[in-house]
Amino acid sequence: MSILVYTESENGKFKKNAFEVASYAYAVAQQLGTTVTAISFNATENESLANYGVSKVLNVNNESLTTFNAKAYANSICQAVAQENATVVIVSSSTDTKFLTPLVAGKLQAGYVPNVVAEPQSASPFTVKRTAFSNKGFAITQIDTDIKIVGVSNNAFGVHENTATATVEDFSPSLSDDDFSTKSVEIDKVVGKATIADADIVVSGGRGLKGPENWGMIEELADVLGAATACSKPVSDLGWRPHGEHVGQTGKPVASNLYIAIGISGAIQHLAGVSSSKVKVVINTDPEAPFFKAADYGIVGDAFEVVPQLIEKLKKFKAQNA
Amino acid sequence: MKILVCISNVPDTTSKINFTDGDTKFDTNGVQFVINPNDEFGLTRAMWFKEKQGATVHVATVGDATTEPTIRKALAIGADEAIRVNATPTDGFFVAQQLAEVVKNGSYDLVIAGRESIDYNGGMVPGILAALVDMNFVNTCINLEVEGTTATALREIDGGKEKITTSLPLIIGGQKGLVEESDLRIPNMRGIMMARKKTLTVVEPTTAPAATQEVKFEKPAAKGAVKLVDNVDDLVNLLHNEAKVI
Ligand SMILES: Cc1cc2nc3c(=O)[nH]c(=O)nc-3n(C[C@H](O)[C@H](O)[C@H](O)COP(=O)(O)OP(=O)(O)OC[C@H]3O[C@@H](n4cnc5c(N)ncnc54)[C@H](O)[C@@H]3O)c2cc1C
Ligand SMILES: Nc1ncnc2c1ncn2[C@@H]1O[C@H](COP(=O)(O)O)[C@@H](O)[C@H]1O
Repeated sequence: MSILVYTESENGKFKKNAFEVASYAYAVAQQLGTTVTAISFNATENESLANYGVSKVLNVNNESLTTFNAKAYANSICQAVAQENATVVIVSSSTDTKFLTPLVAGKLQAGYVPNVVAEPQSASPFTVKRTAFSNKGFAITQIDTDIKIVGVSNNAFGVHENTATATVEDFSPSLSDDDFSTKSVEIDKVVGKATIADADIVVSGGRGLKGPENWGMIEELADVLGAATACSKPVSDLGWRPHGEHVGQTGKPVASNLYIAIGISGAIQHLAGVSSSKVKVVINTDPEAPFFKAADYGIVGDAFEVVPQLIEKLKKFKAQNA
Repeated sequence: MKILVCISNVPDTTSKINFTDGDTKFDTNGVQFVINPNDEFGLTRAMWFKEKQGATVHVATVGDATTEPTIRKALAIGADEAIRVNATPTDGFFVAQQLAEVVKNGSYDLVIAGRESIDYNGGMVPGILAALVDMNFVNTCINLEVEGTTATALREIDGGKEKITTSLPLIIGGQKGLVEESDLRIPNMRGIMMARKKTLTVVEPTTAPAATQEVKFEKPAAKGAVKLVDNVDDLVNLLHNEAKVI
């Protein structure tokens, strides 16, 4: 028996969520009295996983898996589960991981619970707490199958150091043409910019900003903070910003440490998608805007005055604290 | 091309969420149910395939009789036929197994489901289904074109988009972007009248186990009051010293 954790990497480097899911896997291993094995694809710093409690790494070194492929990755993970006799599989909540995990669940006939926010409440029966109803509630969910898959909500557990010694092994799953029946032909991705999924800070603008021409200050604010930019739904529907920036119940979920909402009223569908962010700041001219009820800090004021002042102040602050 | 659109029946996005029976059940009292928004985008894209490429469109839901208004709405929007699997959708694995039967019996070329249901946020039914019936699968799909048996899909990834080519039979987990918001259709009188005459087949579920069960629900802790400040100096100070996020 062991615990298998899928540690995601990009261009060979582990993503931050890899260290979070490894930390989570270690906590579960402590609870169950077992050890953590990680599976990685073409990762270069596999030993670093030991710092988060991983004892063994199965590294798949395969050029045809340089670009993410859900089916081939899922099949590889299934084979690792079998080899290691894993009974618990831990994964992240990234878009790619949410693509492959249901394939693993279907293949292994394993119960899968996504959006889990804390370590298991009990090992037998196996129960975990997760968000449901788009963050309007939590569910305590019991997994009844022999193999259990837990998807850890972004940023919910955090990264914890737990030193172990890790052995790294090459793992060569057997894959056929059928595993590559969906082909990635083009990736259009902004490089070097924080994404809504990974960013510690997200700066978001709403219809209160009046038009796309006013997004310069949103981008500048995001730049100063190393933040990702986001927007409310009407802003993307109007074509002011790309659809990929739309956050909320029907858009992307945000689980950052800090979410700054500028000119956003705080409609229930918007709040549902951003409420798992730890700290929320609202800048809005209307003191009655519903967002103030869901926020931690707020400024009642005109974005066109407040945001430029905030940028200046933060620049000074960063210079002093550099 | 024969298309199946999987429709999940969910509380309207404005619903207040409450629990009952000692917090073990979702309280449906006073809740308005609608077509899951992600499925509405998928259904509208299916209408495009029907109108532009002569596709046949069926819709399926796993749910008890109370879900019929939702499935009738999908017929009023333009689907040709509906199938309801008469069972309470207990978990994603159970639902996927039921839909697998529907897919096998109907020999569909394309199955359009949503990225996730906005109630339990499982995000797993289309992927599990794809594994069970061994079809190609593309998730978070924001555009789909089909030529013969070749499909080209655009998928949202963290920080961008990815173009994928694959072949039918195919399952997608769709979302906003599949069609524009302004293309979504509200059923008109004629559609509603025609929907009454369309076939709605009720099938009994196959015996399939659920993999998980909800044992209890909780509501989020009440939020403390917002701290209002009137200048950016105080804000930066609080974010640094109190919230420790910058
Ligand atoms: C099925 C469904 C799903 C939905 N899903 C989502 C979703 O996922 N995400 C989402 O965001 N919405 C969603 N919505 C839409 C949602 O109901 C709201 O319409 C939307 O969030 C409002 O966007 P907004 O706050 O940008 O605009 P508005 O509601 O127009 O608010 C603009 C705000 O800006 C303020 N303002 C104006 N001028 C200034 C200024 N100079 N400085 C500062 N503040 C100013 C105003 O006081 C106001 O509060 C959904 C709706 C439906 C029906
Ligand atoms: N009870 C159901 N009946 C039919 N389709 C469903 C049902 N539940 C989920 N689906 C489909 O699967 C998608 C993802 O749902 P979920 O895995 O529940 O988040 C939905 O958008 C639907 O297309």
